Amino acid sequence: MLKVDVTTNSLTTSQGAGRAGDKVFSGAALTAGCLILAVLFGVALFLVVQAIPAFVAPAADIQGGQGFFAYIWPIVLGTLIAALIALVIATPVAIGVALFISHYAPRRLASGLGYVIDLLAAIPSVVYGAWGAAFLAKEIAPAYDWLADNMGWLPIFQGPASATGKTILTAGIVLSVMVLPIITSLSREIFLQTPKLHEEAALALGATRWEMIKMAVLPFGRPGIISAVMLGLGRALGETMAVALVLSSGVLTASLIQSGNQTIAAEIALNFPEASGLKVNTLIAAGLVLFVITLAVNMVARWIITKHKEFSGAN
Amino acid sequence: MSKRIDVKDLNVYYGNFLAVEGVNINIDAKSVTAFIGPSGCGKSTFLRTLNRMHEVLPGARVEGEVLLDGDNLYGPGVDPVTVRTQVGMVFQRPNPFPTMSIRDNVLAGVKLNNKKISKGEADTLVERSLQGANLWNEVKDRLDKPGSGLSGGQQQRLCIARAIAVEPQVILMDEPCSALDPISTLAVEDLINELKDQYTVVIVTHNMQQAARVSDKTAFFNIAGTGKPGKLIEFADTSTIFNNPSQKATEDYVSGRFG
Repeated sequence: MLKVDVTTNSLTTSQGAGRAGDKVFSGAALTAGCLILAVLFGVALFLVVQAIPAFVAPAADIQGGQGFFAYIWPIVLGTLIAALIALVIATPVAIGVALFISHYAPRRLASGLGYVIDLLAAIPSVVYGAWGAAFLAKEIAPAYDWLADNMGWLPIFQGPASATGKTILTAGIVLSVMVLPIITSLSREIFLQTPKLHEEAALALGATRWEMIKMAVLPFGRPGIISAVMLGLGRALGETMAVALVLSSGVLTASLIQSGNQTIAAEIALNFPEASGLKVNTLIAAGLVLFVITLAVNMVARWIITKHKEFSGAN
Repeated sequence: MSKRIDVKDLNVYYGNFLAVEGVNINIDAKSVTAFIGPSGCGKSTFLRTLNRMHEVLPGARVEGEVLLDGDNLYGPGVDPVTVRTQVGMVFQRPNPFPTMSIRDNVLAGVKLNNKKISKGEADTLVERSLQGANLWNEVKDRLDKPGSGLSGGQQQRLCIARAIAVEPQVILMDEPCSALDPISTLAVEDLINELKDQYTVVIVTHNMQQAARVSDKTAFFNIAGTGKPGKLIEFADTSTIFNNPSQKATEDYVSGRFG
């Protein structure tokens, strides 16, 4: 056996400066990671503690006089409806625009168009709200009349249509414009990352451009599209200003073209400044519910993505 | 089910850059033709012009004619999509569709153009194609598993099965074994030998032993220098190219003196 003298082993000497850099960086990374958890935990704790009085208060003391549940579920539904309308409109448009930019447009047009789309995200939400309330609602009111006349047999288009156009459908349309840039730019990035190999495999089999997209680009991009849509959903659920300005709120209504309905975020924003006492707790509890919904949406999205992992190409 | 290829005075350009110049070559039906030559000599570029796959790159264009049994691939009104259903391609790195099962990968080309196919027909086709690619026995119990779970050599044979499932006239192979280990390479080479009973096979390879093993005829491409166009130097029976080439450059290359 070779006897090793530790003191003369040249491999044991450490490079002081390099190690210090490593330690500082790993420390900084750890602190940042912990900070995120601490902030999240702090917010959750605040929401829960402040919300408890609303949960345990006698039903008659809550706004509406029928307890917290009766107060919250119509605005939860309103929030979901508005977000759903936004996604139903925005997702196909966003994927179409993203595909056009990534696979159809000439290169110069593509970069210009991508820039314009990104610019949409830079417009403050209050501007969208003002545009929706002052312009879109007025312009779209005749269309609602038409829907009420011709499709009124559907509960969601039941008349009489709102004369001002300030309905949940208008709010949903405004929201869809707001989430469009998020979904578009994320999808575009994903589509551009489609391996050339897979695109060429499809083309070499005699696929047209659209068939190549169906065969190679969309399957590859599916997890990315789901994440993009969920991020859009997160924004649509939490969006406050635009809805507060556009929607003439009221009780839960099935018809999308009458005034009525309310979202959680707008409800909090509109009522918080004048709230006091138990009303504050009620609104914070509503915020907690919104927090839980967003969390659930994100978890479902992750679950969907991992479910398809085997076929995702990650292996 | 196989056609011959005749190339007349073909120039390939990327934008204004002349990549391959003045190729004339006649490739027999039901034969294996190998393209050899140093890196960057334009052999892969030329191969891709045989099914218009070079058009994937913006600015790529050709002058001259490529005749598939007399029909010009670059004639007016010819759709590259139709060309590619007749001239299939296998790539350097195995590229099965990762989101599809083994079965769906084989059927991918067949289901294009909204063609409907019954389940029975599909089953027969999957078995026939996988058997044609010497892969059936290895995968018949896991046809519904993703193709990306196979080994590299199996994936490449799956890609060959996918290519022959659409019953092309010609199969182009662009260095099909360069990402494979020796055992898998042998399996693919055996397969190429069997494929020439039914198809015209054109293969680009960096491996001269491979060209000697699998091909009937060999074409040697070379390039005079960086920025110069690649040219076809010599095209003859494989034994002639390796034993008794007429060009000095060919002899230098196959004997390992350069490249």
